[in-house]
Amino acid sequence: MSVLDSIQTKDFLIEKILKNYSGIFDKGTGEQLALIKREKVIHPVLYLGMGTCGIVSGADKTYMAIQKYLNDNNLEAEVVKTGCLGFCSAEPLLDIQLPGKARISYQHVTQEKVEDLLNAVFHHTLIPENILGQHRFASHEEWPGVDFIDQHPFFAQQHRNVLHNTGLISPWSIDDYLARGGYKSLFKTVLNYTPDKVCEIIEQSELRGRGGGGYATGKKWRNALDTGSDQKFLVCNAEESDPGVFLNRAFIEGDPHRVLEGIAIASYAIGANSAYIHIRYNHEQSLMIMENAIAQAKEYGILGENIFASGFNLNLFIRKGAGAFVCGEETSLIASMESQRGTPQTKPPYPTEKGLFGHPTVVNNVETLANVPAILENGPTWFRSIGTNGSKGTKVISLAGKATRKGFVEVPMGIPISNIVFDIAGGISDGKPLKAVQIGGPFGICIPPKGLSAEIGYESLQEIGASLGLCGLTLLDEDICMVSLSKYFMKLLHKESCGKCIPCREGTHRMLEILEGITKRPKEESSHETLERFKGVVQLENLAEVIHDTSLCGLGKNAPNPVLSSLKWFRDEFEEHIFDRKCRAGVCNDLRSFFIDVDICNGCNVCQKKCPETAIIGAIRMPHFIVESKCTGCGICFDSCKFNAIYYK
Amino acid sequence: MNELIEKMVPRFPVNKKDSLLGMLQEIQKAHGFLTEELIREVAQYLHLPVNKIYGLATFYDQFRFHALGKYHFQICNGTSCHLSESSINIKDLENQLYTKDGGISRDRKFSLESVSCMGSCEQGPVVKINATVFTNVSPDELNRIIRSLKDKTE
Ligand SMILES: Cc1cc2nc3c(=O)[nH]c(=O)nc-3n(C[C@H](O)[C@H](O)[C@H](O)COP(=O)(O)O)c2cc1C
Repeated sequence: MSVLDSIQTKDFLIEKILKNYSGIFDKGTGEQLALIKREKVIHPVLYLGMGTCGIVSGADKTYMAIQKYLNDNNLEAEVVKTGCLGFCSAEPLLDIQLPGKARISYQHVTQEKVEDLLNAVFHHTLIPENILGQHRFASHEEWPGVDFIDQHPFFAQQHRNVLHNTGLISPWSIDDYLARGGYKSLFKTVLNYTPDKVCEIIEQSELRGRGGGGYATGKKWRNALDTGSDQKFLVCNAEESDPGVFLNRAFIEGDPHRVLEGIAIASYAIGANSAYIHIRYNHEQSLMIMENAIAQAKEYGILGENIFASGFNLNLFIRKGAGAFVCGEETSLIASMESQRGTPQTKPPYPTEKGLFGHPTVVNNVETLANVPAILENGPTWFRSIGTNGSKGTKVISLAGKATRKGFVEVPMGIPISNIVFDIAGGISDGKPLKAVQIGGPFGICIPPKGLSAEIGYESLQEIGASLGLCGLTLLDEDICMVSLSKYFMKLLHKESCGKCIPCREGTHRMLEILEGITKRPKEESSHETLERFKGVVQLENLAEVIHDTSLCGLGKNAPNPVLSSLKWFRDEFEEHIFDRKCRAGVCNDLRSFFIDVDICNGCNVCQKKCPETAIIGAIRMPHFIVESKCTGCGICFDSCKFNAIYYK
Repeated sequence: MNELIEKMVPRFPVNKKDSLLGMLQEIQKAHGFLTEELIREVAQYLHLPVNKIYGLATFYDQFRFHALGKYHFQICNGTSCHLSESSINIKDLENQLYTKDGGISRDRKFSLESVSCMGSCEQGPVVKINATVFTNVSPDELNRIIRSLKDKTE
């Protein structure tokens, strides 16, 4: 069977695959499809992970090395740029598929490894180092002695539904998505279902928002559908400014058309003809991929006027967010899209009644929308069968911090956090003990190891005072100071507080002051300040309560969470800072005193030059000395000493 | 009218309420940063008070009112990078680059900015200098990079 050119491929995919209701086709079609899906390949195919994480790890250099290798050896092979498979700490990931053989994954393929690796593979042998595993596929011949990737601890407990294609297909090609049954749900929806029916299906599926609030998606859509208006909008919220969370980027960079399909179905369900995707300005890769995806979908007639001759029109626009954390909140997001300062509004009226430009608007998270196509394809009962009572389906979770295996994974709701932390992420790297797990970003909490039996889910996390949020897990080890971490989050929230309501603007400022007070250098302190410090600590919990109760939006309401949870679980560490003026992790600079070991110091003078406070004295080639009253404990000397002559207490 | 703004007219009609943010983004892209003059021009074009535009531009992280240095340092301040062992001492960096966070050095060679997560949490600490991303940066390595940039005369 011959390979089709691009126009034939387009017609083939739309006429024979997309519009094929039964999903049954003749042998010729099946073979053609296998070619497009690269289940059957004529030439070798190389898949290189080129998401943000891949590029940062050097995937573009690997790409050049591959091209050079293929040119130098006159080899014909296809190189496919995929998104990230989720295993970011193993990037750059290179998959190789020889004709008839199983697709095999290599991790950490930096440019210098390319030549040896490809030399071996093209001669049907394998270099055993760096193998991640092979992909299971019935008609492919297995590589002997290589584990399957679905048995790898990082993947074994996953349930990849939203991430089904991520990392496997090219995000730059609509053909890849169509060949895997993409846009079929949209086709079925606009031709067979009324908007009312779509809302009903989503209501039955019990899908809840993945952006933080956890509001029932079907109900939200129904509210918008029932509001009479000649103009309605759908907004896909991909702002994602939580530090340390990179999920929404991952969907867009891995499988943008799934998000587009979700957006189109949601727009149809609420009766919107315009939809917006809000992406932060500095997520450059996401922006590029999304622009390309929209252009392709328009070219294929999947977006635009009269979609599939159903009479449904949809125009899609990308809006670049100008960068403000609070703009993830839906009313601020809408304000920012109207070119206002991104400050939240009081609710009600909810955006579903009065949103963008005063029209009914549904704001949904990227992950929520990415769940939609599969629900319409497999039915609400299928979706309800995954997860727990209150929380159905799966959740994508990012793993960061000191974990052995970092990246993002998709797990069924109801899985205990300990499974994710120990089995999937592999605990703390280098086998160090785990101190705590931070969940939910700046609004989240730190859970000590004994609390890790809690399950992932809306209610179960609420019980322990956390919220699902965008769901990033950050693993912390003994080198982390909980006071300093609380201070870091408070600093962020203080900076990002929009300033509209006083409890949040002033409250976060005051809380930050208190935390800075207890980590400040005791020597510079007058007795009045000492008194203030103790007063502050006494007030901390009280203050947190007021901020929580009186703030306008989620930012203020949740701002005290990290401090309160750390106070609850790690009170002794706070007390140590307050009473003993000591930081056990050695992180709080100001509480450290530096000394020079006169036996080791050879007087190289580096530290003296670097000290910003000129607190170090000493003649060249003679041991130096730190003047304690001048030292601010910044630790620059400690970092710059090549002889380990500087120590701290 | 400023020719930069003139070029944008077809895409940002006066009567659309939401033209402002997009226009400022385009101006910054073309000009590198916003100036008082440009803001006045936009205000005139969109019939908006200057203070509203200034208020908007200062609210968002994206906009700046000075040029970038020849070498623009972006330091990731995401949770993961913040926590990594060799996390970058911004104070030290300010001293070395002769500038403050969000500022530019006098010789216009270096500018420094700490940014929120760059999405490469597994590789922290992450530093971006112009378009090049450096991962797992140790203080030593960063010093080396800065020294080599300082030595470069052009
Ligand atoms: C301060 C703040 C930041 C938020 N950031 C995000 C975000 O980055 N992405 C997101 O989808 N939702 C975010 N939300 C939640 C949104 O307000 C909104 O609930 C969500 O986009 C609705 O989508 P869903 O129903 O699909 O969850 C944030 C809320 C608050 C209060």
